[in-house]
Amino acid sequence: MLVVLTVIAIVAAGVLAAVNAVTAPQIEKINADNLAAGIKAVMGNDDITVAEPQEIEGGFTAYAVTDANGESLGTAVTSTSNGFGGPLQVLVGFDNEGTILGYTILAHAETPGLGAKASDWFQSEDKNGKGGNACIVGKNPGQCNFTVSKDGGDIDAITASTITSRAFLLSIQNAYNKVIAGQDAVSGASTQASSSDEECCCGHEESEECCGECEDEKDCCSASDLGTPEVIE
Amino acid sequence: MNNFKVLLNGIIKENPTFVLLLGMCPTLGTTSSALNGMSMGLATMAVLIVSNLLISLIKKLIPDAVRIPSYIVVIASLVTVLQMCIKAYAPDIDKSLGLFIPLIVVNCIILGRAESFAAKNGPIASIFDGIGIGLGFTLGLTCLGAVRELLGTGTIFGVTLWGESYGMLLFVLAPGAFLVLGYLIVLFNKLVKK
Repeated sequence: MLVVLTVIAIVAAGVLAAVNAVTAPQIEKINADNLAAGIKAVMGNDDITVAEPQEIEGGFTAYAVTDANGESLGTAVTSTSNGFGGPLQVLVGFDNEGTILGYTILAHAETPGLGAKASDWFQSEDKNGKGGNACIVGKNPGQCNFTVSKDGGDIDAITASTITSRAFLLSIQNAYNKVIAGQDAVSGASTQASSSDEECCCGHEESEECCGECEDEKDCCSASDLGTPEVIE
Repeated sequence: MNNFKVLLNGIIKENPTFVLLLGMCPTLGTTSSALNGMSMGLATMAVLIVSNLLISLIKKLIPDAVRIPSYIVVIASLVTVLQMCIKAYAPDIDKSLGLFIPLIVVNCIILGRAESFAAKNGPIASIFDGIGIGLGFTLGLTCLGAVRELLGTGTIFGVTLWGESYGMLLFVLAPGAFLVLGYLIVLFNKLVKK
């Protein structure tokens, strides 16, 4: 009987090795395509050249991006943090000043219908009348306080998914700190000190570009002052 | 038992979700939407059909003392093959179900059918049993997912039925799975046992 089990195990291993040999290159290609499409999407430009990836300590990978004429467009960075359901991996595109051009979520295990909304929530402005300060595109983590409004930050969290929102913003902030600004990453989603009013990009004239979406100051700030509805996650 | 009866047996009389109550982990875990439930059911069905077929073919070669480990090796290999194929050729399914595919290995429906049906019947009947039980499981998971999705987010298969602002989060989260499953079992048994 030992022989039978051994034979079954050997046959199974052989089949697995064969299937793996066929599918591995295909899987690699799909992953590479996804990343390339993701970089194009987050940089908002289809005609780009992506430099060799640069690994940065702490689990970040930076891709320097240049346009068709060889001029630098900025950097796309992959960054990972702990979400509600597991690792949350984000690809975010920064221009040369560190302003966010776009983002996409590469991998997540958030709750469908709640945290999983992060893939749209932080790049659309229409929230059915709720909030209105959730869009991070066009903002600069160096000028804005990239924490949820509940923690005193400038960004509205996903309704009922504060943990996912904190993790998401943390991954963006870390990517900025580590890759763009070259500082040390902050340590925890909720430990970042809340900003004073002066730092709030919304109430500040000089950094108007930072909340370009806002029609006027009052709109923008009142949205973040109200906070978000109850936390469930 | 003719093959049609075997098929029907899997869907109604021995429905794995509503009657046998097997495979509760994927049943509760993956049914947050109708589409997720259905995909999980279909993936399980694919493994079940092939594992039933293989095990009914090799059942005479396997000594009794090592049959469970042998079945597990066969099932685990099939699941791994399925996972690699999905990753390579259906990346969209992989995105929504990738996490759950490896769980099929420990789904007791598959080992249960191998042990109780495929090990005692011929290959053709075993295939039909795999299809029947697989369809029963898919049906159960799709119903559960559809009800949870409808009550929880007001959509069904991603189509919004009533306003965007509707939402009853309880049903998308774990407690909703238990509640809906309980009521569906009651309903199913009421309908079938008449």
